[in-house]
Amino acid sequence: MSVEAIVAQGAEHLGVHGLEWTSKELFTYPNEFIYWSIQIVMYPYMTGLVAGAFVLSSLYHVFGQQDLKNMARFSLVFSLALLPVAMMPLQLHLQQPFRGMNVMFTPHFTSAIAAFGIVFSTYAVIVLSEIWFVYRQYFVEQVIALKGREGIKDRFMYYLYIVLTLGAFDTSDKAIAKDKKAVKILAAIGIPVACFLHGYAGFIFGSVKANALWMSPLMPVIFIMSAIVSGIALCMLTYIIIMEWKKWGTIIAKGKGDKSVHVIAGAELDVITKTSRYLLGFLIAAITLELLDLIFRGYTAMKSWDILRSVMYGKDFMNIFVLQYTLGNLVPFILLLMPRLTIKRVFVALVLVLFGVFMMRWNVVIGGQAFSLSFAGYMHYHMPIIPHSLETFKEGLFGALTVAATPFVLFWIINKVTPSFEYK
Amino acid sequence: MSCSRRDLLKNTFKATLASALPLSAFKMLSPAQVKASVGDSNVRWVFLVDTHKCVGCGLCVKACKNENEIPYDLPITRTWVERYVLMKNGQSHIESPSGGRDGYTDTKIRGNDIPADQITKGFFVPKLCNQCKKPACVQVCPVGATYQTRDGVVLVDRTWCIGCGYCIMACPYGMRFFHPVHKVAEKCTFCYHRITKGMKTACVQNCPFEARQIGNLKDPNDPVTKIIMNERVAVLKDEYGTKPQVYYIGLDTNVR
Repeated sequence: MSVEAIVAQGAEHLGVHGLEWTSKELFTYPNEFIYWSIQIVMYPYMTGLVAGAFVLSSLYHVFGQQDLKNMARFSLVFSLALLPVAMMPLQLHLQQPFRGMNVMFTPHFTSAIAAFGIVFSTYAVIVLSEIWFVYRQYFVEQVIALKGREGIKDRFMYYLYIVLTLGAFDTSDKAIAKDKKAVKILAAIGIPVACFLHGYAGFIFGSVKANALWMSPLMPVIFIMSAIVSGIALCMLTYIIIMEWKKWGTIIAKGKGDKSVHVIAGAELDVITKTSRYLLGFLIAAITLELLDLIFRGYTAMKSWDILRSVMYGKDFMNIFVLQYTLGNLVPFILLLMPRLTIKRVFVALVLVLFGVFMMRWNVVIGGQAFSLSFAGYMHYHMPIIPHSLETFKEGLFGALTVAATPFVLFWIINKVTPSFEYK
Repeated sequence: MSCSRRDLLKNTFKATLASALPLSAFKMLSPAQVKASVGDSNVRWVFLVDTHKCVGCGLCVKACKNENEIPYDLPITRTWVERYVLMKNGQSHIESPSGGRDGYTDTKIRGNDIPADQITKGFFVPKLCNQCKKPACVQVCPVGATYQTRDGVVLVDRTWCIGCGYCIMACPYGMRFFHPVHKVAEKCTFCYHRITKGMKTACVQNCPFEARQIGNLKDPNDPVTKIIMNERVAVLKDEYGTKPQVYYIGLDTNVR
């Protein structure tokens, strides 16, 4: 169909991408809109969670941080559940989603996005093989336990575990020792790859020289630090929710005074207290770098500083200084540092940390498009809430919520095959 | 013949590698194609805008939209004209409603009256793709769907673009947008379909005052080349290092 014919049908289904949720102020170039919306906020956020979860598990496997032992297995499995979700927002924001595979077919290596397929696949292979080595013994045990059982579910699980062992049934001490060594090596390779995966998400933004807010060599490092912060926070949060669930299950089954209830509660607080120290460390690093970036921009005051300042201290003040720095960084920082940590207090702090990192992504992605390339005008993003078309769904609140909910569904499924909780 | 697990895995790996390399990966090129892809072109398209001559009639924008099938009433355009009005108190008014398509016939700017006695200077600046020598948009395309021709024009392959918008973000001039019908990145092509057939671009053709001209920088006798070589010209935003190839006569420091 020719363009005239399509236009003749009426302009209402002819969407100019971005027109729907962009409002302009003063002078902007005609073609400027908020082209990268909520899904591109979700992309570094989800990738960050993956990288952070993996780094957390590696702290135990590589550096032998014994206090993280219980957390390590869980965060490893959780990073697998998060993995497919890192690509989801990218796929959802493409104008031609069915051509997404072209990135793999004809990667154009001068582009930061082109390496995504390769970095991402490498990382996926590492996570998958590490999980396999961690759970191989368990797979074999399950095969032995389920052998000869009747019932469709047991039969299915039996064959599933046979496939998962990949034919390696050796559980001698020597073989197990080899597994452990392999886990350690994979986790060690995994740390730089996880950092690279996310650092390079920062590079995608940091290398856009046309954007005054994004262009900064610090961007990848800032992204890595906040990624680890968010990953650790999400792992801890999920851990708390699941442990509480188990605790209440036990209370209902055995009564509140039962010994096992105290065992679960004690183990939970212990794990959480130890992990929160690592969270604090990375949080300090992240905030320091972000403030350095801000101070440097203000001090050097290049041509773009006038408009950047008006956005940061004016239009986005609430988002940046109140929601991100105060509510998302300072408040949880104090909550975690105060003596006599309780699960409730940690829970609140973790939710705030996750919110703070999300706001940081928002302020980078949306904030970077809040001013015109002409430095003489502004753009405002109005996120579509109620969708009335596929595009307003994908690039609106519900598209983002779909992305955010998927890892939990995936984790629920994966956790049935590779259970990641022990509170012995 | 016995086959150990190791052998089986080895052979499977080899077979997978072999089958992953289809014959279609190798392409026979004709000598002409080889020559075309490695040889140097004797054309380098450049553009010259004389801002002194532009009156802001908007005919170039109209012509471009019609020629290049950019939906006429939608707020996107391959080329546009900006109006600058500078005041005695140092304030500047800049605008480009509908890309200046309908011409600047009103003295109001964004609905505000501009006191004529307070104006120091006013002028129009036509904008179009700079067809940069080092295009940032081509650098960042993840699939190679946008590319530079040998004669210097940057084009988009509409059948291969995935619509990620990275090129739109990378262009310091805000030239690119998504085509509302084709759903891929869209930009000014210097009317490549016309200039390669010896015609002028639609905007040049329709400019009544010769404010816009296109030429070949590699031809020393080209009138445009002569002006660029012999007179004082400027480019927009050279600080980004993209080496833009649209030259301006009479560019002002207030131009964004």
